[in-house]
This record gives sequence, structure tokens and C-alpha cells, in this order.
Amino acid sequence: MTLLRAAAVPLLSVVLAILVGGIIIELSGENALEAYRALYDGALANRKVFGRTLEKATPLVMGGLAVAFAFKAGLFNIGGQGQLVIGALFAAAVGYGVTGLPWIIHLPMALLVGGLAGAAWGMIPGLLKATRGAHEVITTIMLNFVAINLTDWLTANPWRQPGPITQTPRIEASAEIPRWGELPLGFGIAVAAALGCWYLLQRTTMGFEIRSVGLNPEAARYAGISVPKIVVLTMTISGFLAALGGAIETQGVVGRYEPGFNAGLGFNGITIALLARTHPIGVIPAALLVGAMEAGGSMMQFKADVQPEITEIIEALMLLFVATPVVVRWVLRRRETSDISVGAHWGDA
Amino acid sequence: MSEPTNLLYRYRWWFFTALALVLFTLWTAEFQEAQTTAVLAATLRQSTPLVLGALCGILGERSGVINIGIEGQMLLSAFAGFLAASSSGDLLVGVATGVAVGMLMGAFLAFLSVSMQGDQIIAGTVLNISAMGITSFFFQQGRTLPSGKTSPIELGPLSDLPVLGRVFFSNRPLTYLTLLLVPVLWYGLFRTTWGLRTRAVGEHPSAAETVGVSVAGMRYLNLILGGGLAGLAGAYLSLESVGSFERLMTNGRGFVALAVMIFGRWNPVGAWGAALLFGYANAVQTQFQFRGWLTDDPQFVGMIPFVVTIVVVAGFVGRARPPAAIGQPYSRE
Repeated sequence: MTLLRAAAVPLLSVVLAILVGGIIIELSGENALEAYRALYDGALANRKVFGRTLEKATPLVMGGLAVAFAFKAGLFNIGGQGQLVIGALFAAAVGYGVTGLPWIIHLPMALLVGGLAGAAWGMIPGLLKATRGAHEVITTIMLNFVAINLTDWLTANPWRQPGPITQTPRIEASAEIPRWGELPLGFGIAVAAALGCWYLLQRTTMGFEIRSVGLNPEAARYAGISVPKIVVLTMTISGFLAALGGAIETQGVVGRYEPGFNAGLGFNGITIALLARTHPIGVIPAALLVGAMEAGGSMMQFKADVQPEITEIIEALMLLFVATPVVVRWVLRRRETSDISVGAHWGDA
Repeated sequence: MSEPTNLLYRYRWWFFTALALVLFTLWTAEFQEAQTTAVLAATLRQSTPLVLGALCGILGERSGVINIGIEGQMLLSAFAGFLAASSSGDLLVGVATGVAVGMLMGAFLAFLSVSMQGDQIIAGTVLNISAMGITSFFFQQGRTLPSGKTSPIELGPLSDLPVLGRVFFSNRPLTYLTLLLVPVLWYGLFRTTWGLRTRAVGEHPSAAETVGVSVAGMRYLNLILGGGLAGLAGAYLSLESVGSFERLMTNGRGFVALAVMIFGRWNPVGAWGAALLFGYANAVQTQFQFRGWLTDDPQFVGMIPFVVTIVVVAGFVGRARPPAAIGQPYSRE
């Protein structure tokens, strides 16, 4: 019952978004039912396309976790995109640069180096916030642009594969995440990360401190919690999560790093975290949903002649409905309070 | 202390910075008039969307609402303005459409954050993601402006002045409009009833309400006006600067505008100075090309504006004080 109550808002938002998305498809002169049918065919109909959905959902789980985890401390990490490309590139560098290791060492090593590089990248806005009071919304977005320039430079110069195309060499087979039949095992890592986040937040002292800072930094300070320390720590872990998503993408799907890697994923993380109501486990179904839309998007264009970007509009609509309790107030006739508040501490040191 | 000396002292860092930048420009331009003019003109061009975005942010925050959705407002306005100008063949229709779309998005932000009392950061993010989705979905390759982009207007003999004439007095219409809006908004915010009410609502909404000012009304008004400014910035990008619409063409300017606003301490004139500094950080790229510096590594030159933003926000936000009631939804007790 409590689960149903908690899921009511996201479910309703999804249904409404799909309905409104259908209206937009109809208005643009195509058949909405046909389009959604094609979306289903391209995302869920058989093992092959379902594997594709899992593949798409994996970095989304990680991006959603990164945002949701930061939300718990009242921080808004929009830097997922930058952290992700840093993680993806460093995983690729270790994946091709280190040779002669057995996979049992090489594979986790590349994942870890990718994750740690992103953790360091996420730590910067944490430090800037804790010591200088710089708002993380601005610094993380700026760091996204810096990260894209930095990874482009690294890919074009020291880590470039000789040849006309700007990309890194292909990673060694020992760093590749295997598949189980059609199903990518990287998704399992993402699920494990979600469970790990839940445990960390709900069952450890550190998690309690993080949540305390998110609920009321003033009270947390009185209780003896070092707020700056928690801010830095949370941003670092958040950066690690996003970067791990990039590393899995490199090692499980792409096999190398190339500029333009997964553009826009960071913003999907926000949608997913809010759909999940910032619950680490809830991130998994939310990411599967968005992943299915991305996997099925091209089929929708092929079969129903609908631009795959319609899925971006549907995602925006989901975010809109889930973030504004008004819809729920109308439909469920109860007063729904938002469980997220990140705007109240703007400009606080 | 007399008033002018006081002012000079108060803004000494601005003067020193400006002087240093002008000297740096002259040196890197090897004291050639053409190159100096090119850099300064590029500075002004680059600063225009930033100052408009910052003015949008100032109106919102002065009345107590954070607007993180400026980027989305700019993007959708650039798109709508371009589409309108391209299909009607009239640039004025395009600019008007851009401004109108910006205002609509401002009203929508006000609806989410004032009427619905939603989280303001989330509301702005909704704006950004919606704009990204809508513009990519309806984007059509190969559309052009039948009329071309806006053309420069030379202001008589002023435009014949060396350097300054080319930089300030032979611009395109939206650039002039922006230069005009800065003092107008400064006067409005600090010398009129509207400005006093706006600032009161942003500092102490319940006190403002007590003396009969409608908090919700002022916030709606300012977010809609600000949306119009962000819309103008969007129209500037697609109709005056580039002359076409490209996916995600705002390229983070809406967020840089927030840094400009903070650096300018929520003051229109300050924001203009800050926008010039950021515009310079962009324009300096042409200097680097001129001198052949870092031509093999353009990525580092591309980072400059974003690194400057981070340094500025980290260095100054601690000392700058935002309006007190910012970020909190207001409800009458």
C-alpha cells in the first residue's frame, strides 16, 4: 500500500506524458498508436531489443543515481554529463593502455579508474561549494563544458588512435564487460550500485549524516555534523556514480572513447531521479522506462515516421508532471507535498 | 569624501581590470587598429546575449524567484523567432515572436514556482529540458532567412570615430536596444515604484504584503518581463548573430548569464560590466588565432569562458549577497 502510494505520482505522470506525447504525434500528422506500437517493437518485443533497452538503461541508472544521491544532501548535481565523459575516457585509457592483465584484474581496474576520475571531477564543485559558497548548479554546468573540451583534447592528442578519425584505440578484450547471451552484464553492475546506494543512505552513519544535511543543514550543524565535509563527500560519490556509468558504457557497449559520447545523458539523470522520487531503488524502473524509449526511438522513426526526438518531449513532460504536484492534487484529490527542495539554499555558503 | 572620488574608489577594481584588458588587447593586436577593433567589437557582440540573460535573472531574483531556466527560454525563443522570421520573411515578426515565447515561458515559470509553489530550481530545469526536447523535435534542416539577418545601422558621424565608431556606433538593432535597456532597467529598479516593490518582494515578502503589494503579482510581472528579455537574447542569437537556428545553439549562455548576474551583484549596470568581461573571455579567441597561439589545441581556448565563470562564481559569490527571500515559495499565513 505504501509502495502504491509512493508510486502513484510517478505512474500517473508517465501515463499523462504518454497521452500528451500521443496528442503531439497526432498533431504532427502521424498515427500515435502506430508510433507507440513501433516503440514497443523496438524496445521490449524480444530478447534482442530488450538487451538494447538494458544497454541504454545502464548509464541512465547511474546518471539517475548520481542526481538522486546528491539530492539526499540537498545538492543539485547537473554535472553528470561531464563526470560521465571523464569516466568513460579514463576507462578507455586504462582499457587500451594497460595490456597483459587477466580480465579479473583489468576489467574492474578500468571501471575503478574511470569512476575515480569522475569522483575527482565531482569533488571540484563540492570543494567550491564548501569553501567558497559557489552554487553547485552553476559550477557543475560550467565543468560540463570544461570536461567536454578536456576529453576532446585528450582524445585528439595524447590518447588518439593514429589515423584520420579522432578517437581512442579500441580497449583490450580483457577490459570488456561480457554479455550473457543477448543481455549486457553492465546492467547488473548498475543494479548493484543502486542497492549499494540504498544501503549507504539508509543503513550507515554516513548516510544518516547526508540525509540530515539535506533535510536541515542548520540542525545538522548543531548536531555536530560537519556540513562542508558532507557536501564534498556527497558530490564526490555522486561524481563517482555518474562516471561509473560512463565507464560501463565504454567497456560494455562502445569499446572506445570518441567525442560526442552520449551527449545529453546528464539531463536524463535529473528526469530519472525525480521520476524515482530520489529513491535509489526507484531509479531502476525509471531508467528502464527511459531506456526503452531511447531503444525504441529509431524503430519509431523507421516504422511510423515519427522523429525519435519525440521521446525527449515525453521525458520533459514526465519531469513536468512529476515535479509539479498540481496534477496529482487534481487527480488524487489529496495535498501532495514535494519531497525535493534544492532552491531554498541558493547563495548560502 | 566627495561623490566622484568615492565612486572611483568604489569601482577601482573595475577600472583596473578594464585598463589591463585594453592594454592586453592592444599588445596582442600588435597595436593595429583593425585587429583591436575586431576584438572589442567581438566583445560587445558576445556580451549582448549574456547581459540580456543576466537582466532576466536580475528581475526574477530581485523579486525572489531563481530562474535557472534562462537557457531554455533563450533556446526556445531563438527557435521560434527564427521559424517565424523564416516563414513570414519579416525579421520584426521573428523578434516579436521570440520575445513573446520568452514571456510565455516566464509566465509558465511563475505558474510553477509562484502559483504551484514548486521548487524553483526544478521548475527552471523543467523549462530547460522542455526547450531542448521541443527544439530538437521540431528542428528542420535547411531553413533559411529570406531577408538575411538584421543589418548594421551606422549612427551618422559617430560611426566614423576611430575604433570606438566601429565598436559602438555601427551595430545591429538588437545590440543598440540592449545598450539602451541596461540604464532603463537600472533606473526602473532603483528609482521607480515598480522597482521598489520588486525589491521589497524579494527581500521581505510578508512586509511587502502588509503594505498592500501583491507578492504573487510582482513575481508574475517580473518573471514575464524577464522572460521577454531572455526571448530577446534568443532572437539576438538566431536573427542577429548567427542568422540561422542550430541545435542547442545557446551553448550554456543562459547559465553563464547567471554567473554574470552574480558578478554584477544583481545590478543591471554591474551586470553589463560583468557581461563585457565574459564577452571578452569569448572574444579573446580571435586574438589567439591572430597571434597563432594554441591553434593546434583549440579546446583550451574553448574552455576559457567556462573557467572564468567558475573562478568568478567561486571568488565573488561568497561576498555578494543575494536578495533575502530568494528560493522560497511565499504563502500568506
